[in-house]
Amino acid sequence: MKYAYYPGCSLECNALAYDVSVRHVADVLGLTLAEIDDWNCCGATEYFSQDELTAAAVIARNLALVEPGVNQVVAPCAACYCNLIKVDHLMADNPAMGEKINQALAAGKLHYKPGSVRVRHMLDVIYEDVGEAAVREKVVQPLTGLKIAPYYGCQVVRPLTGGDDTEHPTRMDKIFTWLGAEVVNYPVKTHCCGGHMTQISEPQAFEMIRRILQSATSNGADMILCACPMCQLNLDAYQDRVAAEFKTPLRMPVLYFTQMLGLALGVDAEKLGFGKEIVSAESVVQSKLRPATLENTRS
Amino acid sequence: MPEKIGIYVCHCGSNIAGTVDVEDVAKWAGENLKDVAVAVDYRFMCSSLGQQMIEGDIKTKGLTRVIVAACSPSLHEKTFRRACKNAGLNPYLFQMVNLREHVAWVHRDKVAATLKAKSLVAAGAARVALQQPLEPTYVPVNRATLVVGGGIAGLQATLELADAGYPVYLVEREPSIGGHMAQLDKTFPTLDCSACILTPKMSEAAQHENVTLMAYTELEEVSGSVGNFRVKLRHKARYVNEKDCNGCGVCSTKCPTKVVDNGFEVGMGQRKAIYTPFAQAVPRTPVIDADSCSFFQKGKCRVCEKVCPTKAINFEQKDVIEEIEVGNIILATGWQMFDCAKIPQYSYGRLPNVLTSLEFERMVNAAGPTGGKIVMADGKTEPKSVAIIHCVGSRDVKHHPYCSNVCCMAALKFGHLVLEKTNAEVYSFYIDIRTPSKDYEEFYQRLLEEGMHFVRGKVAEVNTADRLPAESGKLIVQAEDTLLGRQRRVPVDMVVLMGAIEPSQGAAELGRKCNISCGNTGWFIERHPKLDPVATTTDGVFVAGACQGPKDIPASVAQGAAAAARVQGMIAKGMVTIEPITASVTEEFCSGCRVCMALCPYHAIEYDREKHVSHVNGALCKGCGTCVAACPSGAIVGSHFTNSQIFAEINGILWDAVRN
Repeated sequence: MKYAYYPGCSLECNALAYDVSVRHVADVLGLTLAEIDDWNCCGATEYFSQDELTAAAVIARNLALVEPGVNQVVAPCAACYCNLIKVDHLMADNPAMGEKINQALAAGKLHYKPGSVRVRHMLDVIYEDVGEAAVREKVVQPLTGLKIAPYYGCQVVRPLTGGDDTEHPTRMDKIFTWLGAEVVNYPVKTHCCGGHMTQISEPQAFEMIRRILQSATSNGADMILCACPMCQLNLDAYQDRVAAEFKTPLRMPVLYFTQMLGLALGVDAEKLGFGKEIVSAESVVQSKLRPATLENTRS
Repeated sequence: MPEKIGIYVCHCGSNIAGTVDVEDVAKWAGENLKDVAVAVDYRFMCSSLGQQMIEGDIKTKGLTRVIVAACSPSLHEKTFRRACKNAGLNPYLFQMVNLREHVAWVHRDKVAATLKAKSLVAAGAARVALQQPLEPTYVPVNRATLVVGGGIAGLQATLELADAGYPVYLVEREPSIGGHMAQLDKTFPTLDCSACILTPKMSEAAQHENVTLMAYTELEEVSGSVGNFRVKLRHKARYVNEKDCNGCGVCSTKCPTKVVDNGFEVGMGQRKAIYTPFAQAVPRTPVIDADSCSFFQKGKCRVCEKVCPTKAINFEQKDVIEEIEVGNIILATGWQMFDCAKIPQYSYGRLPNVLTSLEFERMVNAAGPTGGKIVMADGKTEPKSVAIIHCVGSRDVKHHPYCSNVCCMAALKFGHLVLEKTNAEVYSFYIDIRTPSKDYEEFYQRLLEEGMHFVRGKVAEVNTADRLPAESGKLIVQAEDTLLGRQRRVPVDMVVLMGAIEPSQGAAELGRKCNISCGNTGWFIERHPKLDPVATTTDGVFVAGACQGPKDIPASVAQGAAAAARVQGMIAKGMVTIEPITASVTEEFCSGCRVCMALCPYHAIEYDREKHVSHVNGALCKGCGTCVAACPSGAIVGSHFTNSQIFAEINGILWDAVRN
């Protein structure tokens, strides 16, 4: 199966581990990800409130760049995923706006027909396109004994096109059950991580982050797995400060779901970006996964 | 001799005259259309003066055809046909032109609307000249009635008809009649015991000399038409001979297999593999659930057979098909509860102590699995706080857009019962409290005084994400209190979800069998929402109770009685009029291909094997015209809709084009 690949800015810096793990997982699962040539930033969340047309045109450029014949694009970052879908819908629902966007794209000799590229999240690709049987078949390092807390964040399920339940998503839960992990049911798995609130009001943001970390901890999770660079950053990078602020010990590794998936599929931990996280997952991974089976990793 | 056509253009107050220049239409018709003897406009044609004008003109001016250009024929065609008949003109020589719904109400441009009105009047005049006098036929009405559904609406209809002296077949698909009302504890707003007022009606229906009770039976097929329906029923195998069983219940007592009762007890209690759904079930005959019975599953046990004192157990029993004949059918198939797990943020099915309203109803019922004690999932602890969440699946664009009508009052009733039976605090999370019927608002006031807490806000989620020590181990209800304008987190021990009520499973299929339709929310469509609420578009098929829309007990009873009254009217009249607008086969042209037979939705076409031609049964034919259009040799004629009449009508509509 061939997909266009839109990594987005985060995956080039703070979420580098997400990018490399997505690429390796895709490799093992037989998915061809062809990175869009000369892609540009999706504008994240702020640009839309400044100038809708410019924001949309900037995003639409990426869809227009998808090579002909490839009708799907994978965007692992939840914000990029959401934005690409939003603009595709905007152009379809508002033909006048679609026309203006295409006029802007014409300056670069580009054109995008709404609906011609299906935007996918990696979670949905693995769940729907690869499917349970193929994933189970490729597991060489079962995650038996590992307790994972899936954390979905807001945007992965918000465009309402992904197929998972918006209010109670379960696809990551299911994928990790296939891999042999124990999925922790903690009540805040659908609550917001605060997004950019850390830049606006730290007390508010820290409280939101604390709830998620503490709920996962008190429900016995070994690690939190994310599907969004923003969530991962908030939960991982602010953990020390949140712990200090609330005078509560917190030590919860926060990884991308593709990193652990890659490990289960036998990809070498180094290739999956392990070690880039701030709260180290090393001791958890070492102690939970039986050393004997670690020898099974693909080289 | 040329026809003399009378054309009457109605103002309908300003309904038509506000958009159409009716005077101009009448004047134009008189001057331009062929064979017009009278062309006038009048303020209200449907008034007695309007009708008298038509009758007078027929008598004095010798009109041979009449056109009224007014509202929809579904409203007043009958009125004007009667006027024609009174004056001695065959009513089928009358034609109605719809200037209100088809012109005035859908257009704004007066000039264009007037032009369109002229076209439609011209079309009517062109067709009416070719119309033929027709005579209706009359067929006798079978005095027996079929009632489908043994809930309170169906029971009411059954007893009204039976008491009036007419035979009734009461069909119920569950093992017992009683419906949802049998599951309830108290009824709002009077708080009288539901079973106490229902069970006398159930046993009366079972014992009534005019009632044939057929529980555990489903409707398979309906044929025929008003006055003379043939209905095929499937009596599902109970594995117990009804005639031999005396209802002693020893079989259930001795049966070794216990299963969760997902039927009557909605998963809150258990039953045996051979069971009657509840203590006062009617009929008393138990049913063997073959899916859980050891004998059916593993081939051994037969304990019930051994202990039965009357040898009524019959493992060999098979479904039995029976055909009955009835004159009318009343559908009273009720409702079912919305699957609350479809709203996962309320945690139903995931967290203990989150119940649906029907589950809570069983819990508070003295005859229910907890003996009426309100207890948490451990079976003994009384909750210290209970949250009741309204509109779960109702008034929700993602699920059901409608208001389920009964939940607000049921929630108030629950509040009262919790306050009466426990020391718990009760919170109602509502969008709007709706208490529109007699004594309902007073009941709301009573609960306000009793101390039930009301929070206006749709609940965002129910979870166990405690933040404070006091919240630990509780269910936390998160909602925006829209009166205070702030978020509320209410920790409670128990949550009751007031699930929406939705049409019973299989209602749409039953509707298709009876040739009536469901609206986009699944409820049966009545003939007129205000003026004809229990009749349907199929003559002789009536609806009653919640199958027509969410309804409480008083409203269901009223509809059951109303449907029975309508049926009694049909029986008292004794005959049904069969409209003469039917299809007929010209035998000389018929090749006997039988394409028409396969297409006829009313099974009205028969094949004559000797003559090798098809034949339309006028009593069954509804004049839909499907066969007329389909006949490859043009052998079928639809009376009142002949080709010449329809082409004349089209020519009329295109009068200006035709003329130029």
